[in-house]
Amino acid sequence: MAKKRIVLTFPPELVDQPIIYRLVKDYDLVLNILRAQVTPKEEGKMVLELEGGKEGINKGLRYLEDIKVDVQPLAKDIKLDEQECTSCGACIAVCSPKALSMNKESWKLEFDRDRCLLCGLCVPACPLGVIQVEFD
Amino acid sequence: MPKTFAEINEKIRNGEAVVVTAEEVIDLVKEKGEKKVAEEVDVVTTATFGPMCSSGALLNFGHSDPPIKMQKVWLNDVLAYAGVAAVDAYIGATELSETRGMEYGGAHVIEDLISGKKVRLRATSHGTDCYPRKEFDSYITLDSINQAILFNPRNAYQNYSVATNSSDRTIYTYMGILLPNFGNANYCNCSQLSPLINDPLYRTIGVGTRIFLGGTQGYIAWEGTQHNPRQKRDEKTKIPLAPAGTLCLIGNLKEMSRDFLRAAIFHKYGVTLTVGVGIPIPLLDEEMAHFVSISDEEIYTTILDYSVPRREKPNLGRVSYKELRNGEIEIKKKRVPTAPLSSLYKAREIAQVLKEWIKKGKFFLQEPIQRLPVDEKFKPLDIRR
Repeated sequence: MAKKRIVLTFPPELVDQPIIYRLVKDYDLVLNILRAQVTPKEEGKMVLELEGGKEGINKGLRYLEDIKVDVQPLAKDIKLDEQECTSCGACIAVCSPKALSMNKESWKLEFDRDRCLLCGLCVPACPLGVIQVEFD
Repeated sequence: MPKTFAEINEKIRNGEAVVVTAEEVIDLVKEKGEKKVAEEVDVVTTATFGPMCSSGALLNFGHSDPPIKMQKVWLNDVLAYAGVAAVDAYIGATELSETRGMEYGGAHVIEDLISGKKVRLRATSHGTDCYPRKEFDSYITLDSINQAILFNPRNAYQNYSVATNSSDRTIYTYMGILLPNFGNANYCNCSQLSPLINDPLYRTIGVGTRIFLGGTQGYIAWEGTQHNPRQKRDEKTKIPLAPAGTLCLIGNLKEMSRDFLRAAIFHKYGVTLTVGVGIPIPLLDEEMAHFVSISDEEIYTTILDYSVPRREKPNLGRVSYKELRNGEIEIKKKRVPTAPLSSLYKAREIAQVLKEWIKKGKFFLQEPIQRLPVDEKFKPLDIRR
């Protein structure tokens, strides 16, 4: 059995397709959806953990690529440059697991690694470009 | 007994001035009352640190030999406005690089200059008898040029609306990334610490006021563009309920620091400059003590739906800064997480720095030489045929 964590981006025309069902049914994968944001007629994003046979995982990934789902490896780490950060708070707007939050006393930005799902949405949200993503 | 600017400056000179920040004064008034605080405290320092798009710098490059009348100027491939004499140019914060697009803009040029970095200066001209050179391509630094004046037409907004998004897609705005279906609500004001919130009727802040700007001493040059004193105000506090007054600021870029002036990129929107501003408010009388004591629970702003890209965006109600700072507000019966875009952390730092400057006699108050307009219409731009 193998495990793999990936970030999927669905184009608008695929948002109403039962892609997850196909992954389970056709490739015998155990799926754990870590995070999903899918809006009708718009782009969808999903952070997914796949578990299954090596061959099943590879075939499943090929299936996703064939139907034009963008597949990216999940980031290994999010790096916040605390020296350069001004604690403006723009990143917390997109961080739904609340890994990034403001300290309500000091109003300094705090980053709780344990809550981070490594989705990487905070990277473009940071106006100063002080959050970087690291891949394996 | 009301105080005068001159009396307060005399105290500053003698090292006797009592200075507190606009946050510290709130508890003081609760404890001692407005009358006593008006007597005991001389100056309250206010501050803000946030993205302010209407910013830029006027630069004078000096003359090359043979000289050139620069007609088109680029700094690190960012176009600067050169339609002022031969070697003056205005680099606007939001102008984008012609080669790197949204990755780099005028604000980055300004930040690179104050960081001491070399900036490529390219210029073209038609050539004249007195200015024969037609092209220039070399490097400048902040030290190598003559004047470098930060001149920001519109900064330090007196209040700002909260931005949210009712649509089913993510939108990318100057108010940050707004997630679909009221996924978040972003606000951008330092509220109880913010300069014009603490002097809502512009009694002490006016043309000529000496301020903290980008790490050095600057001035209020004029009312800011889009200054809108007629904005609807809270009847009790007199504080506007949506964007109202603005300030046009000026200062010496050569003395400024990256700690208080930073380039920022709003994803898929563009480049802007984050500006640190601090303004001292003299507690001339009890009314001023009252104004500075107003806290976040009494300061309100308006929630707007940014998914409607029109001049008038749908108004989704009113909310206090206390609720916004709590981290969650209610919009159309939905709990919506909030996020600030201006840094209260940095604004506090600025208010403290300004406080120390005044206490140590390094900064004196300048009485406004002209009041900001208190009754001026904010006009729309309509298509006329």
